[in-house]
Amino acid sequence: MRLILRNLGFYLLAFWASITLNFVLPRFMPGDPVSRMFAQAQGTMQPDQIAQLRKLFGLDDRPLWEQYVSYVKSVFTGDLGISITRFPTPVSDVIGSQIGWTLLLGGVALVIAAVLGNLLGIVAAWRRGGVLDSAFPPLLIFVGSFPYFWLAMGALYLFGVSLGWFPMRHAYDVGLTPGFNGEFLSNVATHLVLPALTIVLVSIGGWMLGMRNTMIATAAEDYITMAEAKGLSPSRIMFRYAARNALLPSVTNFGMALGFVVGGALLTEVVFAYPGIGYQLLMAVQGLDYPLMQGIFLTITAAVLLANFLVDLVYVRLDPRVRVR
Amino acid sequence: MTAIDIATATTPTIPARTSRRRGLLRQLIDSKKALAGLILLALFALLALLAPVLAPGDPSLINSTGSQAPSAAHWLGTTAKGQDVLALTLWGARSSLFVGFTVGLVATGVAILVGLASAYFGRIVDDALTLVTNIFLLLPGLPLLIILAAFLPPGTSTVILVLVVTGWAGSARVLRAQAKSIRGKDFVAAAVVTGERPLRIMFREILPNMASVVMTTLLGCVIFGIGAQAGLEFLGLGDSSVVSWGTNLYWASNDGALMTGTWWAFVPSGLCIALVAFALALVNYAVDEITNPRLRSRRARRERRG
Repeated sequence: MRLILRNLGFYLLAFWASITLNFVLPRFMPGDPVSRMFAQAQGTMQPDQIAQLRKLFGLDDRPLWEQYVSYVKSVFTGDLGISITRFPTPVSDVIGSQIGWTLLLGGVALVIAAVLGNLLGIVAAWRRGGVLDSAFPPLLIFVGSFPYFWLAMGALYLFGVSLGWFPMRHAYDVGLTPGFNGEFLSNVATHLVLPALTIVLVSIGGWMLGMRNTMIATAAEDYITMAEAKGLSPSRIMFRYAARNALLPSVTNFGMALGFVVGGALLTEVVFAYPGIGYQLLMAVQGLDYPLMQGIFLTITAAVLLANFLVDLVYVRLDPRVRVR
Repeated sequence: MTAIDIATATTPTIPARTSRRRGLLRQLIDSKKALAGLILLALFALLALLAPVLAPGDPSLINSTGSQAPSAAHWLGTTAKGQDVLALTLWGARSSLFVGFTVGLVATGVAILVGLASAYFGRIVDDALTLVTNIFLLLPGLPLLIILAAFLPPGTSTVILVLVVTGWAGSARVLRAQAKSIRGKDFVAAAVVTGERPLRIMFREILPNMASVVMTTLLGCVIFGIGAQAGLEFLGLGDSSVVSWGTNLYWASNDGALMTGTWWAFVPSGLCIALVAFALALVNYAVDEITNPRLRSRRARRERRG
């Protein structure tokens, strides 16, 4: 319980750090990016909306601490300002309409990569020197060396442009109305295959190697020898004795990987023009839409922190040693 | 954070002997993986250095009709604008390798400072530094990179700065764990008792004994640097006037190389990034295997014994 509270405090601190970073960046950066944005937005905005944005970016004459307090307050009330590229939609609405796609893509890819990678790692460690153990790691390291987005480009070119097996962009065909019917869901699924596949391909190696290495360490433990001496079946020892204990670091990695997947999904989304918040972040950067950029950054950070906190909760359940401390 | 402590407790400590360190270099050359990696790296360094000789003139100069397939005149074809892809790739190596290795060195430097200070001083310094490290580790990397790069003025130095800021934390955590276990050894206590200055103990007593860990984190940082620079530039957040592998890919994607089927515009740069990263990973893997005997395959272990 103390551990959970301590970690909760830590996550709140991290969130506070990212809010502060958001506050500081537009105010102290050289080159004054914010006024560039205003020059661009001048024509399309009402005077009072510009006044509100000026307040958000500290261009009014209030003392700094006062600006800071009101900024933090507005973040916690969900008021992230108004998007400029999608004027006059509030930032929170833009994010809300697109975060689902990112969660879908990132979640599917993460779960597949983690499950498959861990299984491969278990088998590779159990059969030391076998095909899986000797040929796979170098291969996976090689695939993992490719930049995320480049692999995505290659897959898009090969399966989308040349072979035409999969659709090339967006989350579903234009003209389909979203709804819970078979046609729409299968359309979404075919659009999901390529982006998810590229993420799985580059991230699976890390899972496999990590699992393999902990499995090797675990397999040297006395209780494994004991289990062998008892004459238990190899598969039972492998899964119920060794893998179960070797899985703990993977649980921690799962929390870490969430941040990584959001990052990776970001580039993949850009390549496949997948309408998640990563794609939107790039649009915001290109349109000098600073409120939207900051809002997306805060949302992603909050999501990652929340995920880590949930993993902590799970970890306390799984590892009794943590509870004793 | 308790999870971290458990992880460090199980990390096997490397025996600290000088003979062992000289052995590391020789073992690296002995290892096929590392040798292949080192040769590949040397090759790329050579190509980058010789770019002005191999492909004289400004690589972004338009000197041909656009979108030509590879031919005798243009070995790797031309871009949609009519630039020679081979020249772009060769010159791109300079910026990519420079940024990658600079980021790797600086980030590792920061990580060494943080890790050593954490381990040596302990208590409040350790708590504070660990807290900062963990916050940086937790903040999602790429989005952080993007908003930093979006607010800072564009340029190579911005790219390097931003990558160092987002890249040092992982290494710092590993190095802190290693330094902490060495800090507890008797010879460090002896050094403290004989009145050696803190800086000397950190850099002359502790640091040399974790050379192999520093090496793996350095290689990891360089891989991160090269990949992240490419990603940043691919998103158009780098300096698009500089020729690098990342900007090559950015232009290829912007000019619609994918849709028009000019695969030669985006394959070479991506392949180069992958090969360099693979070479670094191979060396890294070999260092890992040499310093952590349990990861060695049984065959290799038997050979070494015999």
